[in-house]
Amino acid sequence: MMGGFARPGRISKWALSGTAWVVYAFFYAPILLLVIFSFSDDRNVGRWGGFTLFWYDEFIGHTQLQNSLWVSIRVALLSTVISVVLGTLAALALERFRFRGRRVFDALLYLPIIIPDVTMAVMMLLFFSEGIRIAGLLLGLDLAKGFTTITISHIAFNISFVSIVVRARLSGMNEQLEEASLDLYADRWRSFRYVTLPQIAPGIAGGALLALTLSLDDVVVTQFASGPGSTTLPVFVFGMIRRGVTPLINAVSVIMLSASIALVIMSLVVQRLRTGESTSRPTRRRFRSSVQV
Amino acid sequence: MRANPIRLILAALVALSLVAAACAEEESGAGPADCEAGQTDGDLNIYNWAEYIDPELVDAFAAQFGLEVTVDVYDSNEAMQPIISAGNSGYDLIVPSDYMVGILIEGEDIQELNKDAIPNLSNISPDFSDLVYDPAGDYSVPYQWGTTGIAVDTAVVGTDFPRSWSIIFDGAFADQFSGQISLLNDPRETLGAALKYLGYSLNTTDEGELEEAKNLVIEARGRVAAFDTDQSDELLTTGETVIAHGYSGDMFTQFLETEDPGRYFYFVPEEGGTRWIDNMAIPFDAPNPCSAHTFINWILEADNGAALSNWNYYSTPNQAALDGLDEDLLAFVNDPAVIPGGVGSLESIQDTGDFEINFTDAFIEAVG
Repeated sequence: MMGGFARPGRISKWALSGTAWVVYAFFYAPILLLVIFSFSDDRNVGRWGGFTLFWYDEFIGHTQLQNSLWVSIRVALLSTVISVVLGTLAALALERFRFRGRRVFDALLYLPIIIPDVTMAVMMLLFFSEGIRIAGLLLGLDLAKGFTTITISHIAFNISFVSIVVRARLSGMNEQLEEASLDLYADRWRSFRYVTLPQIAPGIAGGALLALTLSLDDVVVTQFASGPGSTTLPVFVFGMIRRGVTPLINAVSVIMLSASIALVIMSLVVQRLRTGESTSRPTRRRFRSSVQV
Repeated sequence: MRANPIRLILAALVALSLVAAACAEEESGAGPADCEAGQTDGDLNIYNWAEYIDPELVDAFAAQFGLEVTVDVYDSNEAMQPIISAGNSGYDLIVPSDYMVGILIEGEDIQELNKDAIPNLSNISPDFSDLVYDPAGDYSVPYQWGTTGIAVDTAVVGTDFPRSWSIIFDGAFADQFSGQISLLNDPRETLGAALKYLGYSLNTTDEGELEEAKNLVIEARGRVAAFDTDQSDELLTTGETVIAHGYSGDMFTQFLETEDPGRYFYFVPEEGGTRWIDNMAIPFDAPNPCSAHTFINWILEADNGAALSNWNYYSTPNQAALDGLDEDLLAFVNDPAVIPGGVGSLESIQDTGDFEINFTDAFIEAVG
């Protein structure tokens, strides 16, 4: 196929850009409203009562809310890092190697995506409460549910999502590049580090963002896997709704929104800086040195 | 044949679970915890509804007894119950609602209380003795309570209205406010209101009575602006409705948000209505039951009970705490016009078991 797509005609161009605008409005108008009403001086969310920073002040004074935000962030970061490593390894194993039980493993990996949240939550609940009991009976360990069990449960469902995203990238990658690097005396590790990894990096980054979001969002599994002192932000916010939705929830959402936008912008900036310098040059140099050895 | 490691592990696991099951059976049947009043046996972990206790009140308890106290939150009885029931939740104290206490007792998920360790039980008002879900109070202690009734915008409706469910269900009166009435979006509450108007129990399991109640709601549907639970209080104070079925605590706090709280009036119709009670209870495997007993006793002290209510603005079952309540809260609690039928006219919603689906079906049909 020779480069470029056909240019759309005038009418279809209007229709297409019109649709795009409507879709964007549909996505972002609620967010805009959420931000606006976080500054509303009225307890009733959805009724404008003049500008105020009261709800942000309220958040600053609300230690429980801050603690739960902190728990959420820690769980999200830790579970993302671990599930990205494990998920990428699983993707590599399934995509690059043939071994006994591969198809079973492949099918099992999709399970956490398919089964409903509640089922997963009950599974985790039973697993941890029974596990703690058995560990106590047999090994005399005094374990408790809490931060660790939430993190483990998030890793459990995030691995699947990460590995699917990474596999999509891997299957689109030219395997001959790896073979070429092996032919040029790179060992397995080096060819992974300097050939495969840079190519699947966008997939890994995508998987990581997905994992981070899923972990920050999750309520059901988290609630069932949590223990004393480990209430996460979404669980706390859901609890607050019983007493009515106040703009405090908007303010918290805006803070989280700003944090995630900052994260995305940061990753874009880093990518820009990376592509600014040529990545191929240092790679080639390392290969040469490895060949010399 | 070579031993298959997976089989070995599986066999070991099966053996383990058998041992575990055997041990678990031995555990049950224990009496109340061996605690004395004021005794603590470790840090306290509380599992409560969100925004239900002042963090400063928790800190005060922690400081007085030299403990760490952690508060975690849940958003429904149904989410809390399996977590406690599965065991090893790590919590020492939970706050289930009335009907859930019954379910937890039946499942042996909460332990019998040692009443000797809670001398302040005498502060509980006699209105809270002989409760259906825990008649002798062996397992639970009332924490906060409230009612479901009707809130009226007197600026529109005036003050000359029936103190009865007829304000909604009798067309002769209610038709003049057609389109300005809201009912709760809840099968048990709304059908319960109709059942009360008809003179039946709101925990009925009689299909004929439920049918009558359903038809009453269908008839009222034409006058109803909304079946809404979360915003019934807001709809009233923003003027969308003038007669609103709703919860006492929500309505009362919403009135206070307005410029003229005296304009609104909340009451439970004289035929009676729903009373909900949230209770303190101790999970069967609480790590520190004595600290939990001490906390229950401490909350029942007059000052602490008042501080609890003054922060979350729900009514207190603690008679001794009444003197310490904020003025407007006390006025609301003491106003005889709020519950003209008296406490005896109130009923707790109970779990009707298999009949629950009939309520749901009837309600779906009634709402249309």
